[in-house]
Amino acid sequence: MSESLTLDKPRSPRRPAARRSNFELYSWLFMRISGVALVVLVLGHLFIMNILDGGVHRINFGFVAGRWASPFWQFWDLAMLWLAQIHGGNGLRTVINDYARKDATRFWLKVLLYVSMVLIIALGTYVIFTFDPNITD
Amino acid sequence: MAGTTAPERAGTSKGGGTLYRGDLGMWSWVAHRITGVLTFFFLFAHVLDTALVRVSPDAYDKVIETYKNPVVNLFEVGLVGAVLYHALNGIRVMLVDFWEKGARYQKQMLWAVLVVWVLVMIPGTYYMLVRTVTDLLGGGH
Ligand code: HEM
Repeated sequence: MSESLTLDKPRSPRRPAARRSNFELYSWLFMRISGVALVVLVLGHLFIMNILDGGVHRINFGFVAGRWASPFWQFWDLAMLWLAQIHGGNGLRTVINDYARKDATRFWLKVLLYVSMVLIIALGTYVIFTFDPNITD
Repeated sequence: MAGTTAPERAGTSKGGGTLYRGDLGMWSWVAHRITGVLTFFFLFAHVLDTALVRVSPDAYDKVIETYKNPVVNLFEVGLVGAVLYHALNGIRVMLVDFWEKGARYQKQMLWAVLVVWVLVMIPGTYYMLVRTVTDLLGGGH
């Protein structure tokens, strides 16, 4: 199959000169590096939360308090939050670039995307760091 | 293939022009994209509901109750399935990019992704739904 993989010739004879940054290269690389970490973080999270003894049925405030009493799980969740947001947000940036036809649409969709990323990362980080198991006292 | 744009028409290359478009590889990419976007949207809601632990135990416990509803429970199975596919196929994409034989075995690796997915989802679905199903079938003393 892949031996016969021939691609069309690039349409333009030369690459556009100058003004190139390596941003897309780093973004491509980041998707892969974060992907490796997310395999462990996200699949581990789903396994513990949804499958291990009783799954979602045993989750409540006390369960969360028990987990976040440990810096290990705090760090796990913090890393997962940041990596999943940046990985998913960067992925969505690609999707917007692919499908938005007008520059204005593309611009506003990205504004919406970046605002929601900042909001979710900030809120999630705040909650992990300020969690109070005795909130009702 | 693992690039940043939608698949281009490969119509003029030899071999009938169906090298990528409509091929299984294209569908694996479509599914990767859909599952990624779906997961991102869910994550948005999920961080908001978890943030309720900062409001009160009661507020948090109330939303988490909705996750234990049978219909929502079924959606969770779908979501786990989506993330699992995205993760497994993501590993495949990385192997295609970084392993020298990756491109040659991309099709076999796609089958491996699907087989592993099925093998994990069978017990996974069982454990995610047992409690809900037994409760539904008049357990719950
Ligand atoms: C669980 C481990 C994960 C792995 C191994 C993984 C792997 C990958 C890889 C390698 C890509 C790049 C594909 C390409 O360049 O063609 C990608 C794209 C993407 N991922 Fe993930 N990912 C994971 C988790 C997530 C999560 C948790 C989210 C959502 C928050 C997510 C959302 C996305 C999106 C939206 C894209 C862009 C899809 C596209 O451009 O078609 N991924 N993923």
